[in-house]
Amino acid sequence: MADEGWKAMRKKRSSGNALTYIILILGVGIVALPFVWMILTSLKTNTEAVSVPVKFFPSSLRWGTYAEIFKRIPFLKMFSNTAVSSIISVIGQLVICSLAGYSFAKLRFPGKDQIFVVVLAVLMIPGSAYILTQYQIIQDMGLLNTITALFLPKCFSAYGTYLMRQFFIALPDELRDAAEIDGCSHIQTFTRIYLPLAKPGLVALGIIALKYSWNDLMWPLIVNSSLDKMTLSAGLSYMAGQYEIEYPLMMAGAVLAVLPLLIVFVVFQKQFIAGVANTGIKG
Amino acid sequence: MHNMSAAPAGRVNRRRLQESLCGYSFILPLVIGIGVFYLYGVVKVIIDSFYNVGAFNIRSFAGLSNYKALIADADVWSALLNTVLYVIIIVPATVILALILANLLNRNIKGRPFFRVVYFLPAVTMSTAVGMVWKWLYNRDFGLINAIFKLFGLGPFNFLSQTNYIPLICISIVQIWISTGYNMIILLAGLQGIPKTYYEAASLDGASSLKQFFHITVPLITPTLFFVMITTTIGVFQTFDIIYLMISRISPAVSHTDSLLVYFYRYAFVYSKKGYASAIAVLLFVIVMAVTVIQLKIQKKWTNYG
Repeated sequence: MADEGWKAMRKKRSSGNALTYIILILGVGIVALPFVWMILTSLKTNTEAVSVPVKFFPSSLRWGTYAEIFKRIPFLKMFSNTAVSSIISVIGQLVICSLAGYSFAKLRFPGKDQIFVVVLAVLMIPGSAYILTQYQIIQDMGLLNTITALFLPKCFSAYGTYLMRQFFIALPDELRDAAEIDGCSHIQTFTRIYLPLAKPGLVALGIIALKYSWNDLMWPLIVNSSLDKMTLSAGLSYMAGQYEIEYPLMMAGAVLAVLPLLIVFVVFQKQFIAGVANTGIKG
Repeated sequence: MHNMSAAPAGRVNRRRLQESLCGYSFILPLVIGIGVFYLYGVVKVIIDSFYNVGAFNIRSFAGLSNYKALIADADVWSALLNTVLYVIIIVPATVILALILANLLNRNIKGRPFFRVVYFLPAVTMSTAVGMVWKWLYNRDFGLINAIFKLFGLGPFNFLSQTNYIPLICISIVQIWISTGYNMIILLAGLQGIPKTYYEAASLDGASSLKQFFHITVPLITPTLFFVMITTTIGVFQTFDIIYLMISRISPAVSHTDSLLVYFYRYAFVYSKKGYASAIAVLLFVIVMAVTVIQLKIQKKWTNYG
């Protein structure tokens, strides 16, 4: 009889599991559909894209639209603007935030806690509160329509500092004391002992900063108005205004703009997901 | 040889001084950057909200007139109402969906890494591109969604250019599509922190899985749930890309879809009325801070399991 009960339970579980898979796969379909539609549209002709009734698949794969983008807008330039400014802001954040995060976590100096509270306060301020001033500073510095404008304010991050501080705090103080006894300078203690141990934190911060910088729209939109200084996101929004009815062209542009970061994501998926997952536990 | 107690007091003091100097110099770049771009940024905006700032940054003191205009501006109120509607629609929907998905993924199922990666995809996708694709999906004549409705003999619907809240709901759906997977990852991490023994004990006592969900999962996931709700709410207040992309400035839906942030953007960078825009920014700032403080208070009060 016990055996019967066990069997019934197993059966119930597997039917429950089937429902689980159905829901999860349905979810995958909903997530995937816009991506699939984006790619399919990019391979259609203009006429196919606007045919009634809607044709799901293109009659032949027209890759030519992808080449067409490079003729319409300075796409390669936009790509390099995005890549260069993103990479510099990532490196800037890694250096500045890990230095500051380490200092807040492990070094002892007067006023440390008060300064850190101010950094935390900045963390809570919405971007709209300072974007106007940031724009005016960049304008006063004569940096509008430059690559520098794209990355400069993004090198400083209260969130990144908070994140790095959390990572350094989790590392034992004894390492510092031992290094001190061995005659390491503070800089050596930081670069040789703590920094290598904070690698997961650096990776998480780097990924978050890259995602933010690559995808951001409002800031690049306001500081750089000339086409060859735009980022991909601003370029796409320009295309959306300019070539509104050329759907295959717009979708091909969207695919190309999205692809690099998606590749980075798939390669570093573990770090990406761990980085995000950790934010909730600490928060 | 390296006995610290034997070290002369002078050396220890020097070490301390060095540590302080090092501490200050390590935070110096951050403090300068944050000071200039963020703190000065906020202070300047608050000051500017009391000025009229026109083209070429010509300024004249305006007193409270920007704020008076703000209160009298019907568009500000509708933008505020829209923003609240976005929060009311998006936050519960995405949190509930994320919780359901996280709960399913927390079971003993095959292909969990695959599902996690796929669900996370929207969060790493450039939202400008997301807005473009969804605008195309929602298209009245050639859009896929209308094609699906047509199979059931419905439509076509003009989803994005109506003078009611249909466009706002359509935009909210896109936001839910973007943020659910992201929130699910955070909730899944929270769920995986709940010890398996609790569930084992509960099923030995004959508690159904639904009972287990409400009596074990929900209370223990509450801190993470609150975190997700706070970040999503603040995220909704910061939403710009999707609305900007999907609703053009001349669309009839503007007054029913503009969030406060989009409205701010138009005044600051399209109409170049920086004083008035500063007042909108201050309003937005106050609201976001209030939401943060209220939610943190609630979190402290209700979360007994943290």
